[in-house]
Amino acid sequence: MAKNLKEILVENSNNLVHMWLEEVAEKQKEVANSSISQELFENTNREFVNIIFGSVEKESLTSDLDSFTERVINLGWPLSYLTEGLQLFKRVAVEFLIDHEELDVPVSKVLRHVDELVNPVINQLVNEYSGNWENTVSLQRVALQELSAPLIPVMDNITVMPLIGTIDTERAKFIMENLLDGVIKHHAEVVLIDITGVPVVDTMVAHHIIQAAEAVRLVGSTCILVGIRPEIAQTIVNLGIDLSKFPTKSSLRKGFTTALEMTNQMIVQTNSEEQTIEELIDTLDRSEQS
Amino acid sequence: MDFRTCVNIQKEWDIVGARQFGRDFSKKLGFGIVDQARIATAISELARNIYLYAGSGKICFDEVENVGSRGICIIAIDTGPGIKDISQVMEDGYSTSGGLGAGLPGVKRLMDEFDISSKTGEGTEIRVVKWVR
Repeated sequence: MAKNLKEILVENSNNLVHMWLEEVAEKQKEVANSSISQELFENTNREFVNIIFGSVEKESLTSDLDSFTERVINLGWPLSYLTEGLQLFKRVAVEFLIDHEELDVPVSKVLRHVDELVNPVINQLVNEYSGNWENTVSLQRVALQELSAPLIPVMDNITVMPLIGTIDTERAKFIMENLLDGVIKHHAEVVLIDITGVPVVDTMVAHHIIQAAEAVRLVGSTCILVGIRPEIAQTIVNLGIDLSKFPTKSSLRKGFTTALEMTNQMIVQTNSEEQTIEELIDTLDRSEQS
Repeated sequence: MDFRTCVNIQKEWDIVGARQFGRDFSKKLGFGIVDQARIATAISELARNIYLYAGSGKICFDEVENVGSRGICIIAIDTGPGIKDISQVMEDGYSTSGGLGAGLPGVKRLMDEFDISSKTGEGTEIRVVKWVR
């Protein structure tokens, strides 16, 4: 008997496809996805319904289903497109079977059978879709972690850590570890922490920075906090945070100058020196000529 | 009271969401850059308190008006353990979590109005207002 129901569905597939397409088109009016062309939508619908039938007919999941899901995900269509489509298919199939004259099966059996046919497809699609999202999120998390606490050894004894974006507890730990590792690895005497790209400095962020600076001091180096924007300076004062234990500067440039002074280094412009030598030679030449 | 929008605080990243919303909202109301930073910082403190001490709660935003001036009203509501001694948490340097202890007194200084009510075992509600100058 169960087989009969399936056979009826497969035999009347053309009717069902037609009904389904109408229903979906109706639904589409409500959703109004204006960015998708009518043609693409119709083609996808047709393919979708064929794949549903393919799975129902074989009572197993086909590889077509996987590749179709992949494509819908890549198009960026919402999951609701797939789930709604399948729900509509279930409704259409049930209505069709109940209205079918040759049928003398109780309604509850019909419902159950259609569920058994379509539910595996739904589960597969939802799994695939959420799996794809989880994958994306975990990749982004890794990418974010790679960006979270870079340490740049600019010169002998001077290292810079530019911080961009929000600092949460996890990242704060990461910053501290990287900072200390880097200080020891690069033999840095001075570390510049640049917070130009940190949108908000609240008590927690300040607390972590103070702790990091203190830890850097313990391993024998100095920490300079740079990139304090005027509005951040005002909020820090309002909050009543004491940052007087280590030097702070408004820009990385000023901080770097201070760092150079602290490490007894100097940046000399070689070009200008050459010029002065040339000028000297020029003047000598001129004096010889005269 | 009927609020325009609320942001739920459950994860640490919700703090960022609340802050971003508050910043956009205050920008729309016409706050300057410095006040935007103050408001964002205050929201950050309030949201972090919810996350750290109550576990979950929400931050609600509304526009307020008073004879010719506009302002932003932010209410932080949680159903956490509550605060036993409010005068103590309003002291600078008092913290039960090893932090700086500047959060709540700092928020009071960042904003123009500050109201706090709390019942042990029932929760805490903090209402702050900042006026556009």
